[in-house]
Amino acid sequence: MDDFLLRALMGGLGVALVAGPFGSFIVWRRLAYFGDTLAHSAFLGITLGLLLEMHLTLGVLLVCQLLAVLLFFGQRQKQLGSDTLLGIFSHGSLSLGLVSLALMDNVRVDLFSYLFGDVLAMGTADLLWIWGGGALALSGLLYLWRPLLAICIHEDLARVEGIAVDRVNLAFLALVALTVAIMMKVAGLLLVTSLLIIPAATARRMAHTPEAMACYASLIGCLTVAGGLWGSWRWDTPAGPSIVVAATLLFLLSVMIPGRRRLI
Amino acid sequence: MNVDPSLLLSVRGLYLRRREREILRDVSLQMAPGEIVTLIGPNGAGKTTLLRVVLGLSPCDAGEIYLRPGLRIGYMPQRLAVDQTFPLSVERFLTLGGRQAEADLESALAEVGAQRLRTTPVHALSGGELQRVLLARALLRRPDLLVLDEPVQGVDVHGQAELYELITRIRDRRGCAVLMVSHDLHLVMASTDRVVCLNRHVCCTGAPEVVTLAPEFVELFGPVVGHNLAIYAHNRSHRHRDDGGRTELV
Repeated sequence: MDDFLLRALMGGLGVALVAGPFGSFIVWRRLAYFGDTLAHSAFLGITLGLLLEMHLTLGVLLVCQLLAVLLFFGQRQKQLGSDTLLGIFSHGSLSLGLVSLALMDNVRVDLFSYLFGDVLAMGTADLLWIWGGGALALSGLLYLWRPLLAICIHEDLARVEGIAVDRVNLAFLALVALTVAIMMKVAGLLLVTSLLIIPAATARRMAHTPEAMACYASLIGCLTVAGGLWGSWRWDTPAGPSIVVAATLLFLLSVMIPGRRRLI
Repeated sequence: MNVDPSLLLSVRGLYLRRREREILRDVSLQMAPGEIVTLIGPNGAGKTTLLRVVLGLSPCDAGEIYLRPGLRIGYMPQRLAVDQTFPLSVERFLTLGGRQAEADLESALAEVGAQRLRTTPVHALSGGELQRVLLARALLRRPDLLVLDEPVQGVDVHGQAELYELITRIRDRRGCAVLMVSHDLHLVMASTDRVVCLNRHVCCTGAPEVVTLAPEFVELFGPVVGHNLAIYAHNRSHRHRDDGGRTELV
């Protein structure tokens, strides 16, 4: 196997493993639009990375973290619905990022690779980001697991039972922002959310516990990454979209197979 | 503030305004151990808000809230909608508030009559079953005070009476106090020690038989309702006469 293909596979599998559990929470808490908003701010992060001459993932990470904190506090006001707020931040940051990129002289960026991912150009530093950042994100999530589940079910009940709901929520959003940032290389800012939610949605039909759903989502993610990369190599199609197509096909397959077991 | 140390809970002079609207005005409420107190009042009277303030979930603008130090509260929220996408069994739901010993789980489920639901997914529970499971979760905290926000919501009339009886039995067995919100005046009267009639401020308070006759109550709920309630409240001590089965109040 070619070296670049192996690196792409390693990066893709790392992302899929992290995306499973986070995607499950995003499906449970209906945060898909939130993930999109974080991802759309990536251009701003790329500009920041180019300006400060640091690894672009770090730039994206910084901007995503900042946005996560802003959204956390923004959602506490009641004047605007949270979907409206997310829409403003989402498209505002996307456009601001594009404009600021255009303003930078002597920088020519390949928009396509940022929009849809550039997994075949996976470098060693990217791999380190994915596996290092992914390990950090997963350990954080493991630490927050039970309080997060309790909050998912009922926030006030969790609060009365002594869970520091705000702190847990803020930490969770920061971890999602980290996850989104490291996924950017594989899926690009337009497709990141799909890699989070499609495997989790596919896993839903097989799982009887939250933990099982998270694990199945990771496994299904790995299958889609392998399948998508294979398809991309076989038919010479763009890798990121090919992975998402594979994820979608698996999802459709899982829907069409009649459930033998009762849906728990 | 000076509070009678035997009280579980004492609220004095509570004020709350939201967006220029008065939600609570000079509300006071005391609860003794083992007492069942029911908050009733029309929609928007501030019943749920008062519970939330007591639980520390909502801030208030003025007033004093005293909870006996170390008071353990079991809370049953008004609504719990578990998404279809969330694979969660009743057993797992009960342990989300903290790890539970096997025997405790078993006995809490038995106490509310829900043993057979242990492995059922939460989103597949019926209204009445869900309320029982929620109650079990509150009981697992070994509460001194149960706070129940419309505990019979989404339950048919027959089930409602059963649930209220269950709540009374739990109080009798455990000696915990119960503070609950109710819409349906009819059934709750029989299973409460004290009624607090709330309409942003406390209109009247007292034993159910007394409150239903109070002019403030009649003004709020109308004389017809009050009349029915009075009959129902005495229901337990009525007897049937042999001649034609008419009911006579005693």
